[in-house]
Amino acid sequence: MISGRCAACKYLRRRCPSDCIFSPYFPPNDHQRFACVHRIYGASNVGKMLQQIPSHDLRAKAADTLYFEAKYRIQDPVYGCVGMITQLHQQIHSAESELAKIRAQIAFLNSNDHAQESQVQNIETKLHPDSNILILPEQINAAGLWSTYVPTSASSTQTSWF
Amino acid sequence: MGGSSPCASCKLLRRRCAKDCVFAPYFPPDDPHKFAIVHKVFGASNVSKMLLELPIYQRADAVSSLVYEANARVRDPVYGCVGAISYLQNQVSQLQMQLAMAQAEILCIQMQQEPNLPTQIDQDEKSLLLSSNFNNNIPQYLGFASSSTVIQDPLKRESLWT
Repeated sequence: MISGRCAACKYLRRRCPSDCIFSPYFPPNDHQRFACVHRIYGASNVGKMLQQIPSHDLRAKAADTLYFEAKYRIQDPVYGCVGMITQLHQQIHSAESELAKIRAQIAFLNSNDHAQESQVQNIETKLHPDSNILILPEQINAAGLWSTYVPTSASSTQTSWF
Repeated sequence: MGGSSPCASCKLLRRRCAKDCVFAPYFPPDDPHKFAIVHKVFGASNVSKMLLELPIYQRADAVSSLVYEANARVRDPVYGCVGAISYLQNQVSQLQMQLAMAQAEILCIQMQQEPNLPTQIDQDEKSLLLSSNFNNNIPQYLGFASSSTVIQDPLKRESLWT
């Protein structure tokens, strides 16, 4: 009786045993899933990888991620899903730079605001002693109010590889 | 001049290293671990097929990305590279939120300081509040929680990306 085989055993043209390692994760209605995975990793390697994982739920996730990576490797034979990781790192770098810029603007606007408030409070002391000339706040050099904003690292992706 | 040392692949596979060995340029004999890990995850035969399908000038990058993926899979047999992708996508989302909040803060400050003047926010900055520029072409895999530490940007790691 040939019916009831999983996608892997159908693809490999063999009998599907009751304890087939592939059958829970490669149902017969999705032949492309196993085909992708087999093309990149090979059935034997996939079987070994799944065997090493102790629980059914984790094996299911592993099968999903293997399929994801295999699919992206087929679409992009040079970089696979690693291209996506590089792109994400670039996006994070851009976003962090943008965030630092905006936070620096906020710091400047806040310090500018405080300087103007303090100048309004002290305006009487700025009156020139020998005349009625009033030194207006906007005449005061705001350059000294600039503070360099040092962004905190938004990500801590440092990790040891081995 | 005597014969050169077999490449790491041929050493591991215990075969003669031919002059036109597809692995030799990318798996030097002084780094046996590099081929060992790729062979463990993908299999030598699959790696050979993948490399032969690529033009020569793309093979070095392909090997680097395969090594990267293989290392990720060995470190995290369940999620592999997908764990890192999920983590990085989360980071991008968080940064987007922080950018939106920072933009809102600038708006508030500017409205307080110059209530009668139009806000001076750059149109590009405004679009950050509303768009999802960062994740346009990358599928969201936020559900894949990595069971291991994050993988660094492959381009910054010279040991993996040659």
